[in-house]
Amino acid sequence: MMELNTLTAHNLTELLKKGDISPLDICNSIINRIEKTEKSLAALAHFDKEKALERCGNLSKTAEKGELWGIPIFIKDNICVKDELTTCSSKILKGFKPPYNATVIDKLTGLDAILMGKTNMDEFAFGSSTETSCYGPTRNPWDLERIPGGSSGGSAAAVAGDEAIFALGSDTGGSIRQPAGVCGVVGLKPTYGRVSRYGLIAFASSLDQIGPITKDVEDAAILLKAISGHDEMDSTSADIPVSDYLAGMKKSIKGLKIGVPKEYFIEGMDKEVKNSIKAAIEKLEKLGAVCEDTSLPHTEYAVSVYYLVATAEASSNLARFDGVQYGLRADNIKSMMDMYKKTRKEGFGDEAKRRIILGTFALSSGYYDAYYSKALKVRTLIKTDFDKAFQKFDAIVTPTSPTAAFKIGEKISDPLTMYLSDIFTISANLAGIPGISIPCGFTKNNLPIGLQILGKPFDEETILRIAYNYEQNTDWHKRKPDIK
Amino acid sequence: MTFLYVIARPRLVGAEAISKSMSYEIVIGLEVHLQLNTKSKVFCGCSTNFGSAPNTQTCPVCLGFPGSLPVLNRQALELGAKVAIALNCQIAKEIRFDRKNYFYPDLPKDYQISQFDQPLAQRGILNIITGESEKKIKIRRVHLEEDTGKLFHQKDHSLIDFNRSGMPLLEIVSEPDMNSPEEAYLYLTALKSILEYIDVSDCNMEEGSLRCDANISIRKKGDNALGTKTEIKNMNSFKGVKLALEYESKRQAELLEGGKKIIQETRLYNTEKCVTEPMRSKEEAHDYRYFPEPDLVPFDFEESFLEKIHKGIPELPEPKRNRFIKDYRLSNYDSAVIVSDKDTADYFEKCAGLYGNPKAIANWLTGDVFAYMKENNVLIKDLNLKPEHLSDMLKMIDSGVITGKIAKTLLIEIIATGADPRRLVKEKGLEQISDVSLLEATTSQVIRENPKSAEDFKNGKENAIMFLVGKVMQQTKGRADPNKVNEMLREKLKGVK
Amino acid sequence: MAINKDTVKYTANLARIELSNEELDHFTGQLDRILAYVDKLSTLNVTSLKPTSHVLKMKNVYREDAVKASLPVSEAIKNAPLLENNLFKVPKIIGLEA
Repeated sequence: MMELNTLTAHNLTELLKKGDISPLDICNSIINRIEKTEKSLAALAHFDKEKALERCGNLSKTAEKGELWGIPIFIKDNICVKDELTTCSSKILKGFKPPYNATVIDKLTGLDAILMGKTNMDEFAFGSSTETSCYGPTRNPWDLERIPGGSSGGSAAAVAGDEAIFALGSDTGGSIRQPAGVCGVVGLKPTYGRVSRYGLIAFASSLDQIGPITKDVEDAAILLKAISGHDEMDSTSADIPVSDYLAGMKKSIKGLKIGVPKEYFIEGMDKEVKNSIKAAIEKLEKLGAVCEDTSLPHTEYAVSVYYLVATAEASSNLARFDGVQYGLRADNIKSMMDMYKKTRKEGFGDEAKRRIILGTFALSSGYYDAYYSKALKVRTLIKTDFDKAFQKFDAIVTPTSPTAAFKIGEKISDPLTMYLSDIFTISANLAGIPGISIPCGFTKNNLPIGLQILGKPFDEETILRIAYNYEQNTDWHKRKPDIK
Repeated sequence: MTFLYVIARPRLVGAEAISKSMSYEIVIGLEVHLQLNTKSKVFCGCSTNFGSAPNTQTCPVCLGFPGSLPVLNRQALELGAKVAIALNCQIAKEIRFDRKNYFYPDLPKDYQISQFDQPLAQRGILNIITGESEKKIKIRRVHLEEDTGKLFHQKDHSLIDFNRSGMPLLEIVSEPDMNSPEEAYLYLTALKSILEYIDVSDCNMEEGSLRCDANISIRKKGDNALGTKTEIKNMNSFKGVKLALEYESKRQAELLEGGKKIIQETRLYNTEKCVTEPMRSKEEAHDYRYFPEPDLVPFDFEESFLEKIHKGIPELPEPKRNRFIKDYRLSNYDSAVIVSDKDTADYFEKCAGLYGNPKAIANWLTGDVFAYMKENNVLIKDLNLKPEHLSDMLKMIDSGVITGKIAKTLLIEIIATGADPRRLVKEKGLEQISDVSLLEATTSQVIRENPKSAEDFKNGKENAIMFLVGKVMQQTKGRADPNKVNEMLREKLKGVK
Repeated sequence: MAINKDTVKYTANLARIELSNEELDHFTGQLDRILAYVDKLSTLNVTSLKPTSHVLKMKNVYREDAVKASLPVSEAIKNAPLLENNLFKVPKIIGLEA
């Protein structure tokens, strides 16, 4: 039997429909792969083989079958699944089993997808390398010495390493696109408001979105459609109809106008990355798109704005982890104050502490105007840059990251350098626009390079269309890592 | 002049509170927290029922579970707007929510969704009546927020029930416009009256649906700068607020008199000892790190919608009082007392539509009817006295069918039975006796049995006649027409002379 | 310097995170470098700009005032570190210290 775990969801659905295979076949194939490669990858935070099989067995065989019937899916560990460990890869949520499902989980199970388990991530999604997880780092399937990107590094590595068919990630400053880019898979951050955040454990509420990490663009379209739509449990969920991405993306890109912002091709950027992106742009032109240079003049401020806004919101969102209602509570506590301080000292890792303190500082009396308030104003400039660009262009293409995957440990001790690895992905979150990363080449060390395509708000269709057309005319997505 | 008495007496007590030196002026501002009577909580669908078993009215949202998100209850904002309009506030063009960040175990997210720089409404006015004059107390702001859970302090630990967490809470902040504890009391009374008129809250201080904190400072009369203020918490009745402020103003005056400084701090009112005590706390400046709540979008009201709310607000106590004074020629006191409760005011107006002497209605309402209600702890809406019955009874007094004295017992009888007063009078034979022939024997007998009084009257003691009238009333069990009796007695005593 | 040890200490306390002296040194240096980088914002004149706290042009998202089922109490409290009679149990609170 062919290795089902290496296939895409749309391939598998075809086979399932023909009756050639059963959901149990897929499930077993996934389990076999995990048993083989998980030791090397460490992509999963929580996985229970028996439970996965049980879910597979419980799948209705007679009733009307949902669109994702029998397709296994992995979920990033910051998305709540009822009665299943949901810990954000943090010690402070040790043992936490939410009494409710995130809206996306209800949607997926409603379509008969099979929940397999939770993927590893940077603690509370704070990171670009999945090194800050309390479960230890996940490894890049293309080079186990390297990071899989982050914070959805577990999801990206699992998909790239064929432990998963597809997976959900979350993206606050690039946490879907950047790991997808460095793992050679497809990752899509939807427009803010496209996918319900209900049940996504918040990092920065005004930036977070859940999105798909998949093996090809078609799966990204399928999974995006499955999780999108208005949710009355999320006040920031947009009441805008969901397009038929699958049909829309198959249209030609002839005549589409694509902007190439000069600020994303900076002095000293990785040559191999630069060349791959240039080649990809040429490819898009060959396919009929009109690519032109443009400018997003406030790009250089994005990282500063992001690390003030995101940490400020995070400092408030993470206040609730105090040992009162759930999660970790420190031992030997003398008073309430003692309980708070010890619990949070023991429960949070270094990066979480650093970001909480930075965010608290940015909001605190005497610094609010100089930092938080200023950042919100500059955010306006960054958003306006995109508004202007999209008056002229249908989409914008950039590299996903300035470099391919770096080595584990390389940047962990230098937070600022780590933060700068998000430099190309952050702006989309600040502006709320959708973005997708697709494979567009490899370095001479055989490390994947990602192409980022950014679109107008709620126009996921166009970026999927460009991505699909590019993918259909290239072979990058067909390469598989050889996990040693 | 009962009115003046009621108002004036506490003012004396208030003044006495700083009697050490009359050269101080008290400055008070009040923060009222009001639970709005919605069916569900402000950001989730949990019930707002009072008194359920611990943590049975909670969900991921009001427990602050990670991943949960708030969605605003429309009714909560509307009730808030209703209050704001009733307090003559300006409703914001754009309403936003903010997070107020602080750690406390009754606050499940360790931030409270509240409003900071774009509150629901600002700049309102509430009139209070002090003695003969009116005073305008400015309302600084009205904002909507979520309530916290409830803490139960045990000997060596604390317990938390989150049923109250997420109840809609409206904060009404006054300017420091009150200059005596009595004015603070009057402000609260007037506010409560308005809130009850517009039916937005139970306003029950014991159950905590209305809570009040006070800021108080004193300054030398004539000084412009405000003195150092203290914040007083834990007052659980309007009277408690007044007593706490009286104590606190006295305490502050004594400190200043003794050349000591007032420390800016939060003090708790000790209900048993009737004193304010400093809260034991590590001094840490509040730094709430307010920022816009990213989980909610902004809100605004269309003009047409605000008009609809405006129209939905009934005539409020103050205009009603003025109208009662004008249209029914009631005294300041009577109208103030009657309009302070909407049901009573409605009751009064129903009676006034049925019977042409509003003053008499007011007298009976504020007299015997209120006394009965107080004694039996019953509200006017539950009182078994139809406006028709009260009016009929008053008509019978006017037409001489019954005496005023009989009416007092008849009133109790009507309330007890709910029966038609005319039927009761017939059945019980309570009609007034004004027939001369029937009163002839009794008046003669009373003169015979009270020769001393008869003599006194003849000697010019006018008062003696009242004693004799009283005796006749006693003999006839109150049924005799006192005017007729008076007339007959005078006639007879003149004859004897 | 954009931030010093005292400020980090004060801020960590606001955030209720206990820091060892080592962590305090370490974090102060790192935060100072981050803030120095962030300082590039100060080169921009933003006085006439409106802040963007939210990218969506949405407003008036409400729910109607209808009661929905609460969690069963067993579900509400099942993750609690410490309970007593279905109430969450915490150390004694002294004044406003929490």
